[in-house]
Amino acid sequence: MQNRYLEISQVSIDFPTDGEPYRALQDVTMSIQKGEFISLIGHSGCGKSTVLNIIAGLHQATEGGIILEGREVNEPGPDRAVVFQNHALLPWLTVYKNVELAVKSVFKDTKSKAEIGAWVEHNLELVNMGHALHKLPGEISGGMKQRVGIARCLAMQPKVLLMDEPFGALDALTRAHLQDSLMEIQAQLNSTVVMITHDVDEAVLLSDRIVMMSNGPAASIGEILHVDLERPRNRVALAEDANFNAYRQQVLRFLYEKQKHPATTAA
Amino acid sequence: MLAQLQQLKPKVTFASLFKFYNSLAKAITLPCVGIVIFIFIWQITASNIVTSLGQFPGPGEVWNQSKVLVTEHYQEREKAQTFYERQEIRNSKKLAKNPEAVIKIRQYTGQATYFDKIVTSLYTVAFGFLIATLAAIPLGIACGLSDKVYRAVNPIIQVFKPVSPLAWLPLVTIVVSATYTSADPYFEKAFVTSAVTVALCCLWPTVVNTIVGVASIDRDLIDVSRVLRLSTLAHIKSIVIPSALPLIFTGLRLSLATGWMVLIAAEMLAQNPGLGKFIWDEFQNGSSSSLSRIMVAVITIGIIGFILDHLMLMIQKRFSWNKQATLR
Ligand SMILES: Nc1ncnc2c1ncn2[C@@H]1O[C@H](COP(=O)(O)OP(=O)(O)OP(=O)(O)O)[C@@H](O)[C@H]1O
Ligand SMILES: [Mg+2]
Repeated sequence: MQNRYLEISQVSIDFPTDGEPYRALQDVTMSIQKGEFISLIGHSGCGKSTVLNIIAGLHQATEGGIILEGREVNEPGPDRAVVFQNHALLPWLTVYKNVELAVKSVFKDTKSKAEIGAWVEHNLELVNMGHALHKLPGEISGGMKQRVGIARCLAMQPKVLLMDEPFGALDALTRAHLQDSLMEIQAQLNSTVVMITHDVDEAVLLSDRIVMMSNGPAASIGEILHVDLERPRNRVALAEDANFNAYRQQVLRFLYEKQKHPATTAA
Repeated sequence: MLAQLQQLKPKVTFASLFKFYNSLAKAITLPCVGIVIFIFIWQITASNIVTSLGQFPGPGEVWNQSKVLVTEHYQEREKAQTFYERQEIRNSKKLAKNPEAVIKIRQYTGQATYFDKIVTSLYTVAFGFLIATLAAIPLGIACGLSDKVYRAVNPIIQVFKPVSPLAWLPLVTIVVSATYTSADPYFEKAFVTSAVTVALCCLWPTVVNTIVGVASIDRDLIDVSRVLRLSTLAHIKSIVIPSALPLIFTGLRLSLATGWMVLIAAEMLAQNPGLGKFIWDEFQNGSSSSLSRIMVAVITIGIIGFILDHLMLMIQKRFSWNKQATLR
């Protein structure tokens, strides 16, 4: 079972429209190993979020399904935690309370009150947010909010961490910081991650495999790229690395030559 | 350096003085100007209206009448005081003669003063508003959460929302007389009738706003709740209510304002001894001071309505998680 931790099995989905149902995904199939870092990349509107939401159980596949550790899942649950693009923190709860809500709902029967508190703080320390426990989301920066969102998910000890453009709304510098943090944390916890990104550098830097999706309608997996770069990876050193640049090129070629964005073809 | 600073100082104070003056103008001067103009127009208009009860009261007569109402209040309280004192003396004399004597303590049954009537009105509206809130928020949450419930309930809301309190009142009166029949009722019938009418009319703004608030919760937050597998109750408590709270409060404020308006009409017809009945009685009285007294009530109603709204705003601010939002 080692190499089939999470399986996406022939997933297709139709969205209801006024006329014919819109087939967004057609036959998406892949398996993901435990501890693997997967990036999903593709043009806007191709169906990346839809794939992620189907894995999360937030959407139901019309055909096919998701198998996690040999069991089919078709409901959302804390074993597949989602980091949302816009953090999705509850704005009326402090940083601490936001994470606590998640921890309480997952570990209410297994952890004591003191353990819950310690676990919340531990996870916020992990993303370097130990200094702002009692601030409201409105009082911290976008990067910090995203850190808290990640801490909330890590604290649930999910089997799979799903991230939908987690750093998309951040400036380049903050994004780099968070990418480094994420790499460290992933190395430390050996988490299985599926991340959506628009950023080619980010995909190559972070992933073990990059899944490149073809354009919709009826989008599917176009190519899968294995990134064989040694870990820990250092962004400065890699910038000059020939392999790194070759991987980048391959992704760019896929995106801009093989799968031109519909908008750019039209223009 | 020091000299420079000293030179700077007066400039700074002048600028801040100017700013202070400006804010003063906004906060006090302009409203005062508005009020003065209003009183002026009122005076002119009033002196041109002659009614069967004499000249329409200008600001002066109304001011005098409000003082009369205050004096009447104190006189009444004094009477009550002396009544109780006399009763006390009588009773203690009786007991002195015969320690076993059965003494009677009688309640003073004087007239309700203007202030008693205000209290009755406030009490009635509070009761009606409370009933409405207890019904409206759960109903709004249920409709906002479930499309099916919404579709079932919406036509009923749309039909009953525009109904005037005057249409409800006869029905409520008859139903209350038929069903509310305890020998020693804790509440007066007129009170119950007025409160229920208020509740029926001020239910809707809260219901509608709660529905909108609950239905427009951020999708992401709902997804968070689904990922965490929060129970329905936990979902409502930790996601739905906090999200919808700003709109719930908007609804509550509108409801209270509606309730206060409805109350006056309800009291007139149900004869609940509050401000509404006060106006009605003065109208029936038709003495020379009636018009002024009604005017005092009108202004009181307005000021109390304003204070109630402000109170709600303060509560709303207290419970609002978004401190940046400007509430008005
Ligand atoms: N709930 C829905 N109902 C109807 N159509 C939908 C729905 N969700 C997504 N779609 C359609 O499915 C396609 C894929 O959407 P999706 O959000 O997965 O794209 P994406 O790759 O995540 O895009 P982006 O990079 O802009 O986030 C789009 O054409 C979109 O219009
Ligand atoms: Mg998306």
